[in-house]
Amino acid sequence: MERELRLMKGNEAVAEAAIRAGADGYFGYPITPQSEIIEYLMEANPYETTGMVVLQAESEVAAINMVYGGAGCGKKVMTSSSSPGISLKQEGITYIAGAELPCLIVNVVRGGPGLGTIQPAQSDYFQAVKGGGHGDYHLIVLAPASVQEMADFVDLGFELAFKYRNPVMMLSDGAIGQMMEKVWLSPPKERSKTVPEWATTGKPPTRKRNIITSLELDPDRQEVFNQKLVAKYNEIREKEVRFEEFRCQDAEYLLVAYGTSARVCQKAVELAREQGIKAGLLRPITLFPFPSKQLNKLADRVRLMLAVEMSAGQMVEDVLLAVNGKVPVYHYGRMGGVIPSPDEVVENLKERIRGGAK
Amino acid sequence: MKEITGIKEIIKPENLVYKKSEILTDVIMHYCPGCGHSTAHRILAEIIEEEGIQQDIIGVSPVGCSVFLYHYLDIDWQEAAHGRAPALATAIKRLLPDKYVFTYQGDGDLAAIGTAETIHACNRGENILILFINNGIYGMTGGQMAPTTLAGMKSSTSPYGRDIKSMGNPLKMTDIVATLPGTYYVTRQSVHTPANVRKTKKAMRKAIQYQKLNKGTCFIEIVSNCPSGWKMTPVQSNKWMEENMFPFYPLGDLKVPDEQPVQQPKSE
Repeated sequence: MERELRLMKGNEAVAEAAIRAGADGYFGYPITPQSEIIEYLMEANPYETTGMVVLQAESEVAAINMVYGGAGCGKKVMTSSSSPGISLKQEGITYIAGAELPCLIVNVVRGGPGLGTIQPAQSDYFQAVKGGGHGDYHLIVLAPASVQEMADFVDLGFELAFKYRNPVMMLSDGAIGQMMEKVWLSPPKERSKTVPEWATTGKPPTRKRNIITSLELDPDRQEVFNQKLVAKYNEIREKEVRFEEFRCQDAEYLLVAYGTSARVCQKAVELAREQGIKAGLLRPITLFPFPSKQLNKLADRVRLMLAVEMSAGQMVEDVLLAVNGKVPVYHYGRMGGVIPSPDEVVENLKERIRGGAK
Repeated sequence: MKEITGIKEIIKPENLVYKKSEILTDVIMHYCPGCGHSTAHRILAEIIEEEGIQQDIIGVSPVGCSVFLYHYLDIDWQEAAHGRAPALATAIKRLLPDKYVFTYQGDGDLAAIGTAETIHACNRGENILILFINNGIYGMTGGQMAPTTLAGMKSSTSPYGRDIKSMGNPLKMTDIVATLPGTYYVTRQSVHTPANVRKTKKAMRKAIQYQKLNKGTCFIEIVSNCPSGWKMTPVQSNKWMEENMFPFYPLGDLKVPDEQPVQQPKSE
């Protein structure tokens, strides 16, 4: 079967991609600006075609724990929500990380804190990348910048989740979730029939019982487990960094941005270059693992870096760590659901170059 | 000391009147002497063995005294976060509809922090078994007040007795779920006497067999004791339970289905 071209919202693309990726289950709870995901799935009713279970849970808390249960059976399961709902899911997410279960969690971010706004933001970076729930753990975090990537990262997310037995978060935002673009959809895959050896599917006489748990009362054994996680995260840091460079070859000034901000910055790079400013853009595609090595390399060539985010300044901390003082690193952010314009990014960059703005 | 002679000769299949279920592991249980949990575990293990469903059953263990239940029964297990077992079980059953799925939860887990998960799983009529151990106290964390703690009952967070006016009323979750159309079989039992053990075992067998019918949630409350938390001897605690818990949480069926299981329950 060939790929198929459609015009879709980012949220719809996630839903359709999940069916085509051979997902076994989706468990969710409505919240703006991502309710189209569960609406699309309910209308598509994939249980009748692929056997994919779609269930509206009583809360985000229940939904993420359904994901835990399904993932513990070795199934390809996912959930989606937006910022306040993702906060509710954090308990389940840390248990999933602690039990080393694969799953996909989509966060279509809106502005906060609290109930905040329903407009797009990137203010959940810390929560997604640094932890969110309690304990030493990491999610693999994918940051789509287009409807196409929202579709593609479903399959990629499941692939990475199962490869590392680790939860994967797709950190999108209300702009990419809501906007319509053309998207190439992959041909449908069959749902997997293979059962991972660790999955709880009923204990046959041929193996020991499988136990999905994150509990270990003996501190020495818990530390051994923590070290195992650290080794896994280091392997992910080595092998799974993804980023995109735009006009970095001869850049003197580097913008660093992901998701919607990266789209704005791509335009800003073009505008700056029209004015004779050699700007470039590094767009992290994985936020964990972060493209720190590449940024450190670029720091040898550029004069300054400007992290552009729809937040008060979160990713900029990882840019600072990556650059480690080699060049000045600045932040430009809009908040509360406001998307920066390419012009204001260029203006801010020019002020940084002049050494004016703080 | 007098030597016991011929003990090896006595251990013969024809002399066997009782043996530990094959489903029970050799791990030494961590429960306090006289606690009802170990009895409930044992009859659950016997049911799984007698029904021959070891390779077709998945259990969800809670947070609370029975958090280590997965060490004691030789079946596949998932350990849930506090109160979330019915959400896990919902997904497990829907993704593996041919398997038997049950949760085992205490009163804090099921009737306080997990109230929403419990009620909604039952209301959706998830085709699972929920085993609810109600001893009116938080045992594992050291005897704090539970949602099911009786009026006037002392605990470490109600040291002068549960004051209904300020601390609220004990919650009858089993009565609540019995009113929901999604539940199929709801009963309240105990495991403090041999007769009650037999009744509870019978209820568990029915609930497992009903799961084949795909008709909704089966819910078994086991009113139990907590000698350590109640600061009583095991014998005193059972007496106190009969005199105080049973009047408020009366034993018996709350909801009995009209249909009979496909396979009649074996006589106990």
